[in-house]
Amino acid sequence: MKISEQWLREWVNPEVSRPALVAQLSMAGLEVDAVTPVAPAFDGVVVAEVQTLERHPDADKLVVCRVDAGTGHLLQIVCGAPNVVAGMKVPCAMVGAVLPGDLRIRKSKLRGVESHGMLCSARELGLSEDHTGLLALPAAAPVGVAVRDYLGLDDHVIEVDLTPNRGDCLSVHGVAREVAALNRCALAAPPVAAVAATIADTFPVLVEAAADCPRYAGRVVRGVDAGAATPLWLQERLRRAGLRSLGPLVDVTNYVMLELGQPMHAFDLGRLEGGIVVRHSRAGETLELLNGSVLDLAAGELLIADGQGPLALAGIMGGVASGCTDTTRDVFLESAFFAPRPLAGRARRYGLHTDSSHRFERGVDPALQVPALERATQLLLDIAGGSAGPLTEITSAGELPQATVVTLRQARIQRLLGIDIPPAETADLLERLGMSVDSVADGWRVTPPSWRFDVAIEEDLIEEIGRVRGYDRLPLHRPLSRFAIAPIPETRITLDRLRAILVDRGYQEAITYSFVDPAFQAALDPATAPVALANPISAELAVMRTSLWPGLLKALDHNRKRQQGRVRLFESGLRFVQTDAALLQDRRIGGVACGTAEPEQWGVPARAVDFFDVKGDVEALLAASGCGDAVRFVAAAHPALHPGQGARIEWEGELIGWMGQLHPAVEKALDLDGPIYLFELALDAVTDARLPRFTELSRFPAIRRDLAILLAEDVAATAVVECIRTYGGEWLRDVQLFDVYRGKGIDRGLKSLALGLILQDFSRTLTDPDVDDVISRIVAGLSSRFGASLRA
Amino acid sequence: MEELQELVRTAEVATAAAGDLAALDQLRVHYLGKRGVLTERLKALGSLPADARREAGQAINLAKDAVQVALEARRQVLEAGALEQRLAAEGVDVTLPGRGQASGGLHPISRTLARIEALFRQVGFTVEEGPEIEDDFHNFEALNIPAHHPARAMHDTFYFGDGRLLRTHTSPVQVRTMQSRQPPIRIIAPGRVYRCDSDLTHSPMFHQVEGLFVDEGVSFADLKGVLYDFLRAFFERDLDVRFRPSYFPFTEPSAEVDIQCVMCGGDGCRVCKHTGWLEVLGCGMVHPAVYAQVGIDAERYTGYAFGMGVERLAMLRYGVNDLRLFFENDLRFLQQFR
Repeated sequence: MKISEQWLREWVNPEVSRPALVAQLSMAGLEVDAVTPVAPAFDGVVVAEVQTLERHPDADKLVVCRVDAGTGHLLQIVCGAPNVVAGMKVPCAMVGAVLPGDLRIRKSKLRGVESHGMLCSARELGLSEDHTGLLALPAAAPVGVAVRDYLGLDDHVIEVDLTPNRGDCLSVHGVAREVAALNRCALAAPPVAAVAATIADTFPVLVEAAADCPRYAGRVVRGVDAGAATPLWLQERLRRAGLRSLGPLVDVTNYVMLELGQPMHAFDLGRLEGGIVVRHSRAGETLELLNGSVLDLAAGELLIADGQGPLALAGIMGGVASGCTDTTRDVFLESAFFAPRPLAGRARRYGLHTDSSHRFERGVDPALQVPALERATQLLLDIAGGSAGPLTEITSAGELPQATVVTLRQARIQRLLGIDIPPAETADLLERLGMSVDSVADGWRVTPPSWRFDVAIEEDLIEEIGRVRGYDRLPLHRPLSRFAIAPIPETRITLDRLRAILVDRGYQEAITYSFVDPAFQAALDPATAPVALANPISAELAVMRTSLWPGLLKALDHNRKRQQGRVRLFESGLRFVQTDAALLQDRRIGGVACGTAEPEQWGVPARAVDFFDVKGDVEALLAASGCGDAVRFVAAAHPALHPGQGARIEWEGELIGWMGQLHPAVEKALDLDGPIYLFELALDAVTDARLPRFTELSRFPAIRRDLAILLAEDVAATAVVECIRTYGGEWLRDVQLFDVYRGKGIDRGLKSLALGLILQDFSRTLTDPDVDDVISRIVAGLSSRFGASLRA
Repeated sequence: MEELQELVRTAEVATAAAGDLAALDQLRVHYLGKRGVLTERLKALGSLPADARREAGQAINLAKDAVQVALEARRQVLEAGALEQRLAAEGVDVTLPGRGQASGGLHPISRTLARIEALFRQVGFTVEEGPEIEDDFHNFEALNIPAHHPARAMHDTFYFGDGRLLRTHTSPVQVRTMQSRQPPIRIIAPGRVYRCDSDLTHSPMFHQVEGLFVDEGVSFADLKGVLYDFLRAFFERDLDVRFRPSYFPFTEPSAEVDIQCVMCGGDGCRVCKHTGWLEVLGCGMVHPAVYAQVGIDAERYTGYAFGMGVERLAMLRYGVNDLRLFFENDLRFLQQFR
C-alpha cells in the first residue's frame, strides 16, 4: 500500500525523521518496500495568473501572455498550450528555474518575441504523464507562492508491503494508529460527524444473505454535480496512493477507502429499480462488470442486486449498468461489511483482485461502515453538492465478528520469547494497541479492538508484545544440547560421496527443472505416461520428468550450441512415475557424456568417448558401495538406447538402471549432436554399502597363469569369467580380462580373450601340477560350455 | 722393477684416457683379467728362484693395486659423467600440463546446500527429505493455511488437477517429521520447491532449506541465536542481523531476518535497494494450530521453524546477478564454482 507521508503526519506526527519513521514501520512488521519523492526535484516554479493573451505575430499555435507571478510587474511569456485562457492560475517557471531533467529556464525569444519564463504542464513538473495542456491550479491559489509548497510536493510516498494478517493497516488511519502506538503519541483523526438529512428520500434495502453481509449501510444523495472538479488536494492524494482521478463520485469513495479503510460503492440511483437486495446469485445470471468483462455467475455468489437483476459482485467490483457516469444526478452510496472468507474464494475464482476485494478478504473493521458513510457523504456534498437523505443501516449483530477475549499468561510470554517482561510493561504495550486489558491471576484477560480481528489466541498477543517492544530488544541464546549422539550408518554411502566420484571423473553437476517438454521426453521414454501439470508455466515445461535424461540432454545441447565440444554432466534428484498403485518419487543419479574421452592434451591421441569410458564411470559409482561385484550389465533393448550399445544394470537380478549410447534415430529426432552416452541409476540401490570384513592374508606366494581362448563372438565376457570362477575351485583368487582380439589369425565369428588367473592357497605353496590341474579343469569347462579352445 | 713401474705408469695414462666404461673394462681385462699382463706376471713367479719370489711377488701385487686404484677412480669419474648425461637427456619441460581426466565440479546450489547443512549439523540438526509432489494437507492445511486463506495467494501453486500439487515450500517436511515422531526434533530439510512464476527474479523451481527445532523450553531467543550464528558463519563476516516482525500462517510470532547488505556493507546500493539491508530468511515460533494437526502437545513443547531461499544465499555469497543462470547449466557458468 502506498501512503503519503504528509497525509500520515496529518493524522499522527511523532518527532522522528522520515528514515526513522520508515525504520520504525519496518521493524514493527509493516515492511517498507520503497520511499519515493512524490515529485522530482525542481525549483523556481510559482503560482501565477495569466492576465491577458494575444496572438503571436508569427506563429499560429503560440500566444503571448502577460502573467502575474507575484513579482510586482507582469511577465511576458510565450506559451503554446491549447488550454491557456486569461484568468487561469498555472505553475510558472521563472527565469533561472530548474525543472526535472535538469532543464534550465532562460530568457529567450520564440519566433522573435521575448519570453521571460515558462508556463508548465503536469508532465513538465514530473507530476504525471499529462501533457495535454497547462496544469490548471485552483482559482484560489495564491499568486507568487512556490508551487512545491502550494501542492505540498516536498512529500514522499511510503510503500508498505503489508502481510495478509494486517488488513487493519490498509488505510492512513490504520498506519497512523500503529505509528501512534509505537511512539506513544496522540492520533488526530479528522472529525466525522453524522450528516443531517436534508431530504427524506431513502432507497429500500433487503439483506437476504446476512451471514455473508452482516452489515449494510446506504444513503441516497440527490442532485450531485457529476461534472464538478475534484479538488486538486484530493486528486493529489489519490495520485500519491497510485489511483487515478475518475470524477468526484468515484474519487470520494476511493478517498474514504484510502483514509479509513472502508471500500465503498456509488450506484447511479436513476438506474436502479425497486430496491437493493443483498442475495446469492441464481444459476444462469450474468453480470457485466465495470472492467468490461461479462461474468456467467455460478449459483451462490454474493450479489448486490435490484429488482431487475445483479448490480455488483459484492465487495469485489460494481457492474457497468448501475455505475456512475458524467450525467449521474442522484446516487446511492453503499458502505457494507462483507465476511472475508467467502469473498476471498469468490474473487480468486473469477480471477478478480481489486482494492476492494483486497481489503474485504483481509477483513475490514466491522465497526467502520457508518462512520465511513458519513465521511463520504460530507465529502460528496462539499465537492459535488446535492442533498443527503437519511442513513439506512441493516445489521445482523449475531453474524458480525465477535470480539474474542484472549487469556494471556505471564509465564507463557517467558516461554515463547525467552524473556521476563514486567507485568506493567506488558499491559502498557497491549493498551497502546487499543486492547482492553484486565488483570487476572498469573496474567490478563485481553479484548482486542474491533479492527484487530487477527488477534485470536494467546500467541497472537505474545507476538504483539514482542513486536511493539521490538524484536531487536529480545534476547539471543546459544543452543544447549540435550541430544544424544546420532548414529551415522556406515553402510550408507552419502550422495556427496557419489557426487565427488563423478566430479573427479570430469563430470560437472547440473540442476535441471523437474518438469520437462512432453514431446522431448516421449522420444526417450515413450512407454511411460508422465504426470502432467494442470497449470504449467509453458508447454515446454508441462510434465514431470520420468528420468533425468530429458533435462540432462537439453543442458548438453545448450552447451554444444555454445562451442563446447566435450560435455559431461550429471544430476541427482527425483523422477516421477505414476503406477496403478502409487506415485513413485524416487531418487536417481544420472549423467551424459559426449566429445573426447579425455580433455584435449598433449602426448595422448584424442579419442572419442565410448561405451566403456562411461561404463567405467558407472562402475566407479557402484564400487563406492563395495557391492560392485553383485551388479550385472545385461545387453537389453531400451527405446532411448542404441540396440547394440545399451545395457540394463541389475543388482541381484533387480533392475537398478540403464546405460548406453543414445539411439541414433532418437538423437536425430531430438536434433542433437552425437554420439552421446547416458547413464542413470536408482540412487537408493547404490547407496547401500557393505561394512568391510577382514579376511586372513595367505603367507604363501600366488601364481599367475595367463590363458588365451578362442570362442564365438556372441559369448558375453561376464559369462566366461563366471564359468572360470565356477571351475576354478577354492584356489582361484582372481581373474583379470586383459585383452580382446579379433582379426588377423582368428576366424570370422570368433574372438580371442586373454585372461590372467591368480591362484593361491592358505596352507602351502602351490606346485605346477596343482595349477595345471586347475587350468585343465577350467579349459574343459569352457570347452563344454562355450565350445572354446585354447588359442595356439 | 723399473719395468713394472713403467707398466703402472702406462696403465695409469691409458686409464685416464679411457673414454667410456667399455674402454675401461677392456683395460681392466688387459691388466688384471685372467690372462692380463699383471696376472701373467704373477703366474710366472713360479719360475723365479725362491728367494726372489717373495720380493717380486710383492712388487707385482703393488703394481696390481695401483692399477686397480686407477681403474676404480676412473670408473667413478666415468659413471658420474654417464649419470650426468642420462639426467641431462631425461630432462622434461616441467611447465607442460599434466595428463589425465580433468575434474568437473559441483553445481553452486549443491555447494551452497552442502555448506548450509554442514553448519547446522554442527549444532545437532539432522537432514530430512520429503516428496516434491505433495498433497494439499501437508503443503497447506496442516500449516494453518486453509483453502481461502489470503496467504495462498502468495504461493503460486502448480497443481495436477487431482488434489496433488508441487510443494511450494519445504515446510511440508516439518509436518511429515512431526507426524512421524515426538520431540525433541531438530531437523533441516533442504530441497527443490516450485512456484508458478517465471521472470527475471522468479524461477518456477528453486531450493529452500527448512529448519525445525521442537523441544521443551525452546524460545524465540534460541531462534535468534541459531540464525544469528548461522548467517555470520555462512557469510564468514561479522554482519549485522535484524529480526523484523512478519507473518506466516504456521508461525506465531513470525519474523523476517535481514542481514546488513553484503555488497555495500550497509551503505546502500542497487542490490539492497538502498536500504542497507537484505532479507534472507523467514522464521518464527511454530503455531499451536500446526501442533494440533500433528498431535504434539503445545503446552509442553515449544519450537521454532525457519526457511531460507538457497539461490538467494548463493547469489549473495558468490555475487551471481541473474537467477536464471542457475538452471541454464551453461558450463562457462558452472565451471566458475569448481
